[in-house]
Amino acid sequence: MIVGEEPLPQSGALEVATLGMTMRFGAFTALDDVSIRVPAGTFHALLGENGAGKSTLVKCMMGFYHASAGQMMVAGREVQVPDPRAAHAMGLGMVYQHFTLVPSLTAAENLVISRKDAPAVIDWRRERAGLEAFMARMPFRVPLDQKVAALAAGEKQKLEILKQLYLGRRFLILDEPTSVLTPDEADEVLGHVRALCAAGEITVLMITHKFREVTAFADDVSVLRRGRLVGQGRVVDLTHADMAAMMMGEARLPQPAARSGAPGAPVLRIEGARAHDRSGLKDIAIDALEVRAGEIVGIAGISGNGQMELMEMLTGQRPLTEGSVRVKGQPYRATRAEARRLNIRYLPEEPLKNACASRMSVAENIAFRSFDASGGRTRFWLAPGAMRQRAEELIAAFKVRTASIDAPISALSGGNVQRAVLARELTGTVDLLIISNPCFGLDFTAVSEIRARIMAARNAGAAVLLMSEDLDEILELADRVLVMSEGRITYEVAAANADVATIGHHMGGHA
Amino acid sequence: MNTSDIGLWGVPLAILGGAVRVSTPFLYVSLGEVLTERSGRINLGLEGTLVFGAMAAYAVAFHSGSAWAGVAAAALCGAGFGLLHGLICSLPRVNDIAIGIALMLLGTGLAFFYGTPYVQPVAPHLPAIPFGNWSNVPQVQAALRVNVLFIAGIALALLMAWALRATRIGLMLRVVGDSTDAARAMGLRPNRIRALATAAGGAFAGVGGAYLSLFYPGSWSEGISSGQGLMAVALVIFARWSPINCFWAALLFGGAGALGPALQSVGITQGYYLFYAAPYVLTLGVLIATSSPTQATAGAPGELSITK
Repeated sequence: MIVGEEPLPQSGALEVATLGMTMRFGAFTALDDVSIRVPAGTFHALLGENGAGKSTLVKCMMGFYHASAGQMMVAGREVQVPDPRAAHAMGLGMVYQHFTLVPSLTAAENLVISRKDAPAVIDWRRERAGLEAFMARMPFRVPLDQKVAALAAGEKQKLEILKQLYLGRRFLILDEPTSVLTPDEADEVLGHVRALCAAGEITVLMITHKFREVTAFADDVSVLRRGRLVGQGRVVDLTHADMAAMMMGEARLPQPAARSGAPGAPVLRIEGARAHDRSGLKDIAIDALEVRAGEIVGIAGISGNGQMELMEMLTGQRPLTEGSVRVKGQPYRATRAEARRLNIRYLPEEPLKNACASRMSVAENIAFRSFDASGGRTRFWLAPGAMRQRAEELIAAFKVRTASIDAPISALSGGNVQRAVLARELTGTVDLLIISNPCFGLDFTAVSEIRARIMAARNAGAAVLLMSEDLDEILELADRVLVMSEGRITYEVAAANADVATIGHHMGGHA
Repeated sequence: MNTSDIGLWGVPLAILGGAVRVSTPFLYVSLGEVLTERSGRINLGLEGTLVFGAMAAYAVAFHSGSAWAGVAAAALCGAGFGLLHGLICSLPRVNDIAIGIALMLLGTGLAFFYGTPYVQPVAPHLPAIPFGNWSNVPQVQAALRVNVLFIAGIALALLMAWALRATRIGLMLRVVGDSTDAARAMGLRPNRIRALATAAGGAFAGVGGAYLSLFYPGSWSEGISSGQGLMAVALVIFARWSPINCFWAALLFGGAGALGPALQSVGITQGYYLFYAAPYVLTLGVLIATSSPTQATAGAPGELSITK
């Protein structure tokens, strides 16, 4: 800091700007001469596809990267941000796409220990009173005494935002903050964030893919494509089509396949199934659930209402205490042999963790369903040549972008892992497809492509059970919509008659 | 009536006495290991630290004439071993389990090398508090002679449980043990905190060793530990990384260990060797009974290499 310079303002929203920010990694230019000004107290949206340079830009702003060229301005003054600590000291904060909370600590412990001035001996009674007072000013709350590991994704995201506010940050970067929230929750959270902007408390830069949120909450928008700033303006002057055109350039979105065919015979039937939930204290109770061939049944619900447990019940990871799961009339216990015989496929959430061996190669991961099958028999010796050939075909067919089929699957981006798993699961005859949050954290080219694949599977006669926290996704894909709340199916409606408000009420448990 | 003949009552009494006597080293080593593992590392070298601590305590107590000086020396040596483990493991691509095994062998080897002259001499013992003087039954008196270190160990367990919950250092330790990324994002230095936690854990194990040579069995010999340091490390998993549970687990272990000798003392000679295996059978039984396929091991620090 230059001697005689005035210190930064001590409270209220900060104006932050980048001037000609450029970032090169070797010969690759990830960010090319980007200048964005976010005036104090405004809500600025940053749009762009995956790989457009949004993350690089905000990482330069937060001091994770040192920009190759360009400057940062905070409150109209040029500043150096050598590391995230310096950014925090100026009041700059970020909510990341992946969680930075400590899983085994409670929410209260996470908040208190993240404070710079956490006392050496923590007087929990006083801290609790302080936290309660802070929570009382917030429009949403999280259970303070729960371990973060036991919180659902939506609750964790809320806690991340709460943490930044608790730490008194005055310029907040939000990286796709609503991807795990219901529309109601998202509106609520963003509404509050917007109110804080309007009150001059904070300035916000939000990375997002959702045009609806941009239109509803942001003041200004900047669009990045391949590292360049390709568009900028007041949100009121732009239509969704304008923004999409800026984001995509000439590329065209794959259209979702049209719905065709009528539902056939029941494939999956759950009757009176009971299981313990994650905490072991409450029960998951599915009295009756039926999915028929050629239909998509969507289960909507706020995260943490038993969807994860239902998925585990169907994948055999969670034993039933009562009741039964039947597929095509036969009892189903999710063994490999049964899944193969009955043509059941899965796309669990976080596929890198739940459906892949992350250090094995893309080709090997794609072969998981078939590596030991040879015609109708099991084989002892693998056929590496056939495996590789198959992987190459599927990678081409599903447009999986990978440097090589021998690369570990963990080196792929989220969308490409998802595509690779879909390639594996949707190949061959599929009679029952069980899916959970297939589009979490993906950009919208990937999203519409994956949704088109799911619709195509349905049209080909598969029974599809789709659990998703994204209500728009359910409404787009499902033939029937079910709502899950507190471990139970509480509402059912045909998609044609679905009313978002009614579904929202049931999701919130206020029926 | 012969007061010293109390028949089968001798068995539970001997078990209680044994529990208190035998559990102390388990308690110290497991508390030390809880500290280390909560920071995200495993120190398997505590067996070596225990044996070296026993030798160092005995030697210093013999030369200085003060048992407490021996305890201090054992703690210091233990901290040294712990720090060595912590610093080596801070280097990139070093495996904590492998280093632990190396240090275990180094510790026992050094203890045997420097300890040979102290097998014969007699060093002063640590004081015990005779809680059993109200009774004139010698077995009761023997069972209730409680060593000061045992009581200090209980205090230490309580202190640790409180500190992990309600102090900044305690929370920092848990953050580091659970998520290196989150710790870095918070501006903590995981390697440094882990090295210090391992050093403190080593000091605890050293004190456990001092108890062995200066109270029970109360002399220095090469077979003094017979794997107690390793069992204590297993005990930490059994106790689900909680200091209070460590105390109960140590007591249970001590009691089960005393079962064999107690049965022998009342004249049951057949198959009593089998009862020497009681602690291990007990551990297996409890671990199986408390395991669950649907719930994750509660309390396991996320950065621990065995739970990753």
